[in-house]
Amino acid sequence: MTVSAVRARRPARPGGPPGRRGRSGVHAFLLAVSLAFLAPLLLAVYASLRPYEETARDGYFSLPSRLSLDYYRQAFTDSGMGRHFLNSLLITVPGVLITLFLASFTAFAVARLRLRGSLVLLMVFTAGNLLPQQVIVTPLYVLFNKVPLPYRMSDSLMLYDSLWAVLAVQVAFQLGFCVFVLANFMRTLPREILEAAIVDGAGVWTRYRHVTLPLCRPALAALGTLQFTWMYNDFLWGLVFLSTGDKLPVTSALNNLRGQFFTDYNLLAAGSVIVALPTVVVFLLLQRHFIAGLTLGANKG
Amino acid sequence: MTTVNRTTGTRPVNPPKAGPPRPARRRGPRRHTRRDIAVLCVLLGLPILLDLALVWGPTLASVALSFTTWDGVGDIEWAGFGNYADLFADYPQFWPAVRNNLLWLAALGLLATPFGLLLAVLIDRGVRFSRFYQSTLYMPVVLSLAVVGFIAQLVLSRDQGALNALLGRQDDPVDWLGDPDLNIWMVLLAACWRHTGYVMILYLAGLKSVDPELKEAAAIDGASERQAFFRVVLPALRPVNVIVGVITVIEALRAFDIVYAVNKGRNGLELLSVLVTDNIIGEASRIGFGSAIAVVLLLVSLGFIITYLVQELRGEQRR
Amino acid sequence: MVHSSGNGPGGCAHRAVRGVTRRSLLRGAAAGAGAVAVPALLTACGGGPGGGVTLGSNASDAVPKRAYADAFAAYEKKSKKDVKVNTVNHENFQENINRYLQGTPDDVFTWFAGYRMQYFARKGLLADISDLWREFDGFSEAVKKQSTGEDGKQYFVPYYYYPWAVFHRKSVFRTRGYEIPKNLDQYRALARQMQKDGLTPFALGDKEGWPAMGTFDYLDMRANGYDFHIALMRGEKSWTSPQVRQVFDLWRGLLPYHQKGANGRTWQEAAQSLQQKKTGMAVLGLPHPGQQFTAESRADLDFFPFPEIDPAFGQEAVEAPVDGFLMAKKARNRAGAEDLLAFLATPRAELIYLKSDPNNVAVNSGAGTGSYGALQKKAVRLVSGARQISQFMDRDTRPDFASTVLIQAIQQFIGDPDDIDGLVNGIERQKKQIFAAD
Repeated sequence: MTVSAVRARRPARPGGPPGRRGRSGVHAFLLAVSLAFLAPLLLAVYASLRPYEETARDGYFSLPSRLSLDYYRQAFTDSGMGRHFLNSLLITVPGVLITLFLASFTAFAVARLRLRGSLVLLMVFTAGNLLPQQVIVTPLYVLFNKVPLPYRMSDSLMLYDSLWAVLAVQVAFQLGFCVFVLANFMRTLPREILEAAIVDGAGVWTRYRHVTLPLCRPALAALGTLQFTWMYNDFLWGLVFLSTGDKLPVTSALNNLRGQFFTDYNLLAAGSVIVALPTVVVFLLLQRHFIAGLTLGANKG
Repeated sequence: MTTVNRTTGTRPVNPPKAGPPRPARRRGPRRHTRRDIAVLCVLLGLPILLDLALVWGPTLASVALSFTTWDGVGDIEWAGFGNYADLFADYPQFWPAVRNNLLWLAALGLLATPFGLLLAVLIDRGVRFSRFYQSTLYMPVVLSLAVVGFIAQLVLSRDQGALNALLGRQDDPVDWLGDPDLNIWMVLLAACWRHTGYVMILYLAGLKSVDPELKEAAAIDGASERQAFFRVVLPALRPVNVIVGVITVIEALRAFDIVYAVNKGRNGLELLSVLVTDNIIGEASRIGFGSAIAVVLLLVSLGFIITYLVQELRGEQRR
Repeated sequence: MVHSSGNGPGGCAHRAVRGVTRRSLLRGAAAGAGAVAVPALLTACGGGPGGGVTLGSNASDAVPKRAYADAFAAYEKKSKKDVKVNTVNHENFQENINRYLQGTPDDVFTWFAGYRMQYFARKGLLADISDLWREFDGFSEAVKKQSTGEDGKQYFVPYYYYPWAVFHRKSVFRTRGYEIPKNLDQYRALARQMQKDGLTPFALGDKEGWPAMGTFDYLDMRANGYDFHIALMRGEKSWTSPQVRQVFDLWRGLLPYHQKGANGRTWQEAAQSLQQKKTGMAVLGLPHPGQQFTAESRADLDFFPFPEIDPAFGQEAVEAPVDGFLMAKKARNRAGAEDLLAFLATPRAELIYLKSDPNNVAVNSGAGTGSYGALQKKAVRLVSGARQISQFMDRDTRPDFASTVLIQAIQQFIGDPDDIDGLVNGIERQKKQIFAAD
């Protein structure tokens, strides 16, 4: 049995089931909600195209006298965004991949192997995930300040003030959530496939990699999107564990657009739109996999 | 792998009682080869180690620090329960913060989550433009702190905001963000705005794993669409419900960024995580006191997690 | 050339002293000049004769960033030494200061004068630069006091300041025939008159939490004197005292003349209302209103000193926060840092900065005012005539007290000015806890 065979069946709706009459109502409803959701965002984009003096004078809800993309160029150059984008990617991409890999295996072990103590393990991960980040900052700072690293890994010679620190914390902190979600998703998978694999003499790795993981694609894609968003948008870990400005992630770089006192909010809006682009792209790329793709219920060949 | 065919279609969650490999647990280690054990040790050991060293270790250290008056620099001095006494009696922001966190939980749990489920169900029925809807509804989730703060200012500012302009209230403007009786509701609205898309995505992924024939079977039984949903689909979504429930609790207890972006979580927008931040992260450095707030938060969280644990244990026993 | 730091001096040190263990290296660096061998090794790899200095800057937005870069470039040209600037945005820099100073701080970093500096000096995180100060010239006694720690040693190199005052538009005062108020009665009478004329007398935005502090500071210094104010800020006076109640009472009397909904308004919006002639006056700092004024209306901006309340104290105290530089106790290149600090204390260094950022005023009295605009010149007169200089509420008291108690208290007062008893009692209780901490 292969995944592609499974994927082939989109839940095409057989003709004539109930619900067709409500279709236009549903459309109107979804459209209205979508617009309501989108309106504030469009307003932000709109503001980023207008000079500060104008919105200060007329308010944000007013007709423009001039629209331009100047703020976008300024936001990109003034904040030194290029370098900070790189930092964010260096943290986020490995962060998401490592987290998903470790978490999916842990979840597999917890949900599918029936190891002794697996429930305790699940609880440990889940409960750790409940804590707000701020709680563990100080002890971690003290810890990181004591862990030496060779120069080629960290020019501060310590875990503190290095991207490694941020990466490690991101992975550790998000693991709990991913384990929790994946373990729950994996419980919905039909057990029979796994039992069959055991009968076939498959080892733990095979059962994880070739039997369970392919079935988890929607969950992995959904989680990957969320994780990318969170790790990328996170500013706290960078803020507290990095003291060199050039190592900060792009979310912190946005603050470069704020002065000690004065903030040009329209410039900030332009910067925020630029910063939000990668998360939107990742969502659009992964969307296909977790929405339209594989459906577990369609398992019957 | 023909075994699959026989059993799906009924209840994919639970394997049939009579199925063969039930007693696997008793046979324990024997079913694993040496290679299996090596794989398990490495790939389970690493996450466990990370979690203990970087999450639980620091958490326990925070608990210990909550009994001290440490300022992050000098010596650590023991303070007993002093921080807690001060917190409950003399910290004016504490109880409002607790109240707001509970409000947050109620709003997310009673409004945003059901709404997200509704949207997911509607989109899952295969309407046209579903990808457009998915994308727009998800957009608020990707926003960072800076954007949220700016949008709040943009829409809700008393003098320049769009809402007062839209309502034609420039002459008698409503102070959406400055009035402590009002701003919490505005912020809750923003929180729901974000949480809805989040919940919707999770349910969409979950709904895809519900066998469409389940729904069809229910429809043939003559149940109305709504009945079919509540009797058949929702129970089949149980694992997703658990996930969404826990996420809602987490989000409500950890809520931070929206209020922080609006006004640093002051003047009616206090939240426990903001108080922790004020005391621990910033220049203030009241580590001991801040840790005490964190411990309160931890205890509340554990309350929820233990409830969940008990339920899961029961579910496990039923299998 | 001013480099953006990628490789800090730590990396350089590591390469140079491969044999030395990291622990002893750090201990040596911490001991600073005491450990002779290590600084010698450190300087050996810096490139220039004295080695490079690293400088942590909180000026991340374009204008001050360029202004600092100009000043450091002048130093590099003069001394042939490198300055590696590590810029972190203002907000993060401030929030991070405790971790920064205990982690891997730069040799020199930007910070504020007054208690907010003394606090870190007391924690042993700053290097004593009293020897440098003996050579300094052109700083007033008041400024020296703000640069001195509680132990009587100097730590801070002042760079520029900006006074707080009551800002207004000349044209509004001229066309309506308003007089500059000298005392509280005239101040109130003027406010009443403005209200009658359909103008909101005072612009006020306190969404950020700090802007309204300036009003409190001035009311307190005018009513109770500078010494009382500073003692109050240091936790030595009671917030339930009649003096503090009087301050809140006075403020409550003035609040009806302020813009409504101040807690939901940013200071920028408040300043814009001043520019748009919707409001008549605003208590702000020198750099604040200017940026909210369009180019053509900027010449119309003016200020007057906060009016007298108790004649015993007159208008002798001025709130003028000073920004400047500190050396970290953990500085690796102490000699280089001192050399740079000595340069930054000169009038020339200050003027280079102000050329690109004219919203402030040089601290050194040797700095010529020739290049100043009208407001800057007026600011110099205001401050040089002051008997005492306060910094600002959040710089004159403990950071934890300011950010976890006072901001909230003032916002609470603005929202509900009638419960002064509950307010001051709450502040006092929390003050006792916080100041008891050490």
